[in-house]
Amino acid sequence: MTLIMGGVAYDPKVLTIWDGFRQWLRGQGLDFDYVLYSHYERQVEDLADGRIHAAWNSPLAWLRTERLAAARGRTVRSAVMRDTDQDLTSVVVVRADSPATTPGDLAGGTVGVGAVDSPQSTLIPLSFLRHSGLDDVRVRRFDVGVGLHGDHIGGERDAARALVAGEIDAACMIDGNHLLFGQEGTLPAGSTRVLAQTGVYDHCTMAIVDTAPADEADEFVRLLLSMSYADPQVRPLLDLEGLKQWVPGRTSGFGPLARAVDETGFYDAAGTVTAREYDP
Amino acid sequence: MTEQHHPGAPLDLGVLGFERGAHLLVRRALHGVPVGGRITVTGGDPALGVHLRAWARREGHGFSAVTGRTATWELARGSAETDRWAGAERAGGPGPDGIVARPPAHWGLAARGALVEAGGPDVRFDVDDRDVVWADLAPRLYAHAAAAQWDPATAVDWDATTDVPAEVEAAVVQVMTYLVENEQAALVVPAGLLARVHPHFREVQQLLAVQAADEARHMDVFTRRALLHGGRMGTSSAGGRSSLATLLAEPDFSLASFLLSVLGEGSFLSLLAFLERHAPDPVTAQITHLARVDEARHVAFGVAHLEHQSGVDPSLRGKLRTAIERRHDALADTAGLNADVFDALVVLAAGAWTPEAIARGHDAVQELHHAMDEGRRQRLARLGFPPDEAAELSALHTRNFM
Ligand SMILES: [Fe+2]
Ligand SMILES: [Fe+2]
Repeated sequence: MTLIMGGVAYDPKVLTIWDGFRQWLRGQGLDFDYVLYSHYERQVEDLADGRIHAAWNSPLAWLRTERLAAARGRTVRSAVMRDTDQDLTSVVVVRADSPATTPGDLAGGTVGVGAVDSPQSTLIPLSFLRHSGLDDVRVRRFDVGVGLHGDHIGGERDAARALVAGEIDAACMIDGNHLLFGQEGTLPAGSTRVLAQTGVYDHCTMAIVDTAPADEADEFVRLLLSMSYADPQVRPLLDLEGLKQWVPGRTSGFGPLARAVDETGFYDAAGTVTAREYDP
Repeated sequence: MTEQHHPGAPLDLGVLGFERGAHLLVRRALHGVPVGGRITVTGGDPALGVHLRAWARREGHGFSAVTGRTATWELARGSAETDRWAGAERAGGPGPDGIVARPPAHWGLAARGALVEAGGPDVRFDVDDRDVVWADLAPRLYAHAAAAQWDPATAVDWDATTDVPAEVEAAVVQVMTYLVENEQAALVVPAGLLARVHPHFREVQQLLAVQAADEARHMDVFTRRALLHGGRMGTSSAGGRSSLATLLAEPDFSLASFLLSVLGEGSFLSLLAFLERHAPDPVTAQITHLARVDEARHVAFGVAHLEHQSGVDPSLRGKLRTAIERRHDALADTAGLNADVFDALVVLAAGAWTPEAIARGHDAVQELHHAMDEGRRQRLARLGFPPDEAAELSALHTRNFM
């Protein structure tokens, strides 16, 4: 039976990536195909309904998958992740001359975040700021690629630019993008400072629903875990997808996002989309 | 934590951050330990911890904060870099002695002798056989060619005019027009071949590139001479262009080089010497001299690599013979040479329109034909053809000379 995986086309390179994986997996004897979605919500619904067997999920999509599946009496597993999906952090950045020394000092100001559905630049850092004692703050969202769960870098970059331009008092972004924005000059060296850093959390995961053909699903996971960066045929695919090694999936790193989702009512317990101003 | 490896002193980055190249120092320090080995990093950039974590994750290195010490982190070297280069190989050696018989397509544009990462696209350079393309003479010929480049603007004394009679000037213009047409073929053929040669045979590409540049200058100076006295260009015959078109149509590297360089440019050595000797003016003498020196190199490479090839491939001579015959058959029904050119050569050698002078000119052109034939037979003999066969094949060469 063909194992069908869903992926979200957040960028044209997604086609190259999954076409490459498809060819390689089929070359290894796995009957594998993929379908691409324009946003995560439909992919998650199709996975929970069993229309596809696996889905390359954002962390937010994982949480909704878990809830939708549970509501239907199904289970999903977080089967495999990239090595780069584990132990991420986000940072709250201010201009170098900002008087703020703690998150609480941002009270009365404006914090810039990414898209409404971005785990790393909106949901997790805003939850982190609330728990750091910051209640009285305006939030300015930079909604780019809504429905892509923050995979599109545009919102974070726009927030960083707005910070440098003095339009907002702080900006939230994932640690890797802070590094990137510094190196590419979006955040000129010396112009900003990291005010706070969240705890670690996990990012994407390959979700597999229990209605998937079991042997094919196991073989899929086994093959992904076997991909070696030393293999010249595989290496370009890993480089494109941004990993050196697939690692066994886990669910222990989704706590900070689950807390944020519940605090803001982004999804309800049954996985229904309840977020306001969210229209992917 | 494994302790068999003893980390050295902590890497202190001072105030250097990742926006300004800190990763170079970190990477260098990681190179100092084996995969799995650890280094300690410290520094004063406030974002250093954030950036080290993100950078290490992206590069596949382990990351942890050292507890109990401020601004100190530990990285564990990952295997990504050693994995990437595990299957790498040297693309031969940098010198001519490092050339391999059959460079693989995936070496592509890599410099000869470079360490080539495994994988990457196959780039199709179909002329990739050392025995077909290589000649030990190529590096020396290239060096010589690079040193012998001349500037058309200064190498020729364009003001050194003498009074050339109008009818003789017309003959010069016609010959120049013919030469430009032939130089264009002589440019296009090596330019097309060089794009098909595997870059592993660097010196051959370089030589062919300079050869094309030589022809570009020849086109330049012959055109300038044709127009020097304000005239119009001469004629281009259908037969002449048919002959050159058969040169362009030959797809085989060895055969194309044989027809162009050994036979065509070989014949041109005699023609250019003839023109220099009978030139009615110093400019014509100078430019035909300069072109002939270049052409001698083109002929030398053609002969050298075919000589090498015929040494390893006994069937080559049969293919060369077939190529001459095929071209002869293709041109059998065409005039071959522009009659205007033949007449112009006679007038040029005659230098005047008297019966005696024309007879002298005609004899000189007959001698030119003999010289060309003699040269072709000698070069065919160098490729291993016996004298009678060399004579027979030389006679089948195009009447258009090139
Ligand atoms: Fe030439
Ligand atoms: Fe030439």
